[in-house]
Amino acid sequence: MNYMGSLLFSLAWRNLWRNRRRTLVILFAIVLGVWAMIFTAAFMRGMSQQVLEDTINNLTGHIQIHASQYLDDPVIDHRFQLLDEALFESLNNPQIKQISSRLRVPAVIASERESTGLIMVGIDPENESGISFLEDSIVEGRYLTDPGDSGIIIGRKLAERLETRLGKRIVLMSQDKDNKITDRGFRIVGLFDTQLEALEKGFVFTGLETSEELLGIKGEVSEISILLYDINQVDVIAAELQQQNPQLDVKTWSQLEPVSKLIVDLYENFHLIWHLIVFLAMGFGIVNTLLMSVFERTREFGLFQSLGLKPGFIMGQVWVESVLLLSIGLLAGNLFAWLSVLATGEGIDVSAFAQGMELAHLSNIIPFVIISKDLILANSVVIILGMLTSLYPAWHASRLVPADAITRV
Amino acid sequence: MSTVVSCKHVNKIYRQGLIEVRALTDINLDIEAGDFICLSGPSGSGKSTLLNMIGGLDSPTSGEIIVDGQRVDQMNKSALAELRLHKIGFVFQAYNLIPVLTARENVEMVMQMQGDSKDYRKQHSLAILREVGLEGMEDRKPSELSGGQQQRVAVARAIVDKPCLVLADEPTANLDSVNADNLLKLMRDMAEQHEMTFIISTHDPLVMQRAKRLIKLHDGQIVENNKQN
Ligand SMILES: Nc1ncnc2c1ncn2[C@@H]1O[C@H](COP(=O)(O)OP(=O)(O)OP(=O)(O)O)[C@@H](O)[C@H]1O
Ligand SMILES: [Mg+2]
Repeated sequence: MNYMGSLLFSLAWRNLWRNRRRTLVILFAIVLGVWAMIFTAAFMRGMSQQVLEDTINNLTGHIQIHASQYLDDPVIDHRFQLLDEALFESLNNPQIKQISSRLRVPAVIASERESTGLIMVGIDPENESGISFLEDSIVEGRYLTDPGDSGIIIGRKLAERLETRLGKRIVLMSQDKDNKITDRGFRIVGLFDTQLEALEKGFVFTGLETSEELLGIKGEVSEISILLYDINQVDVIAAELQQQNPQLDVKTWSQLEPVSKLIVDLYENFHLIWHLIVFLAMGFGIVNTLLMSVFERTREFGLFQSLGLKPGFIMGQVWVESVLLLSIGLLAGNLFAWLSVLATGEGIDVSAFAQGMELAHLSNIIPFVIISKDLILANSVVIILGMLTSLYPAWHASRLVPADAITRV
Repeated sequence: MSTVVSCKHVNKIYRQGLIEVRALTDINLDIEAGDFICLSGPSGSGKSTLLNMIGGLDSPTSGEIIVDGQRVDQMNKSALAELRLHKIGFVFQAYNLIPVLTARENVEMVMQMQGDSKDYRKQHSLAILREVGLEGMEDRKPSELSGGQQQRVAVARAIVDKPCLVLADEPTANLDSVNADNLLKLMRDMAEQHEMTFIISTHDPLVMQRAKRLIKLHDGQIVENNKQN
């Protein structure tokens, strides 16, 4: 059937360019549709990755471990032994990339002029860097040097609110392990700036050992944050950790931040729906154009049959014609989408809507991200549905009765 | 002489809603191999209908049609396509050619469907186009050819693979008398040289003169069936 194949192909190709203007118009529609699919998918993918990244960066990590009542009541009393043997053993897992342990308690901060309530976090700076946003967000001064660092890092917005600045002293007040009020003076050694205002106003950071001293404890923490090599393993590893440490409370990022999880899932499912909507508009155009060209060529199809070509060949010819059209449209659409994403560079700045974005767990710059999965989905929707819908005009062409087709001039 | 086409009690009734049109009534006809037949009659007398029945483009309401020993009226679509491909050539009044293919490609297309090799196709299609007087125009598209030239290409395509039967429905209707006569001469020469049977429908007295046998239809019935000269 090789000779028929090449005949089929060359007939389809030439017929495609017979009505050049019509072909270009429908091609433009396909390219536009494919472009819209991929470009929008890239935006949604960028948003959902941004949400995920921000969620994980904001002290959450992939997995967190707490004492069992801590999440309900995050106070000093709900702490746990860091150097517990079983815990130590279970954290020695090759899938775990990084671990940071923290003391995390409510506190009151006071400058010379103002005071406010917030969360004090004691960290080991070396373990913390890479797990959370802090080190990369320092805009003035320095990051903490070691667990014994007695300086404090506060948010820039908080500094404004307290009417203080880098190098000045503040006082932190909290409850120690015996529920007695304890306080200590700190020098502000660094200011951090994030896109989430709540984070900037609500958290201050000091060395882990310094906070232990303040609270009068040793070797105990309120939180362990874990980063994995592969985020897809999160449920498996969390379950393992929970089983190995039944007295503790192991939670994944999606359990800790259900809203983020919801947003990520929503974007994921919206891709397909969006593709289908765009295709619906495009599909009507394709079928309509093909039907038009089939009607115009009624006589020709009769002629084909009188020459001894079978209905299947005629159907194939129209179908191949539309598959060629789709393929060209897909290629160009993908190319344009890729170019447009390149043109957006780092992403688009949505700070004009920043307040709303913050509610949606988003930061100000949304990058456009093309991943192969999204590309495959968009292209599959167009090619598979396109092939199916063009069967109709093709079938229509093959159904003509030759005598009728020929006499219809 | 063997019989190429045989029609027995062929009737064709077109139904359009409640209206019935009797296009052919009890046609009985035997056509011998190598004959050159002219089918004449006034407009609406059933010439096209009869040709379409014989070529399997349409099916009779009743009766038998036998082409080269096969019952055309009982064949399915696919068998009819095979029959047309290998045994029957068609020439219509106009729009005979595939517009996106050149003259040579139009001729070669039929050969390609038969599975002829590329070299054979090229050699043969050029030869037949030369025979019908189109040397040098092989690579023109139908739109770049005159009506008469297009009809010559159609004849070349119809006969290129030596079918036993060529059916031509008013092939000269769109041509002036000089071109019409040339085309007729061409078909008669081809018929003689390649020993093929031609059935040509026409209104044109000129065409009738060139026929070996003249069949006249009137209101779907054969009213005359005579051998000439
Ligand atoms: N598809 C059809 N539906 C209904 N009636 C038809 C159809 N095709 C042909 N007829 C009728 O059948 C009769 C024979 O028509 P046919 O086309 O065979 O005539 P013809 O001899 O070829 O005429 P002409 O010289 O004008 O081409 C006519 O009365 C015509 O109206
Ligand atoms: Mg007619």
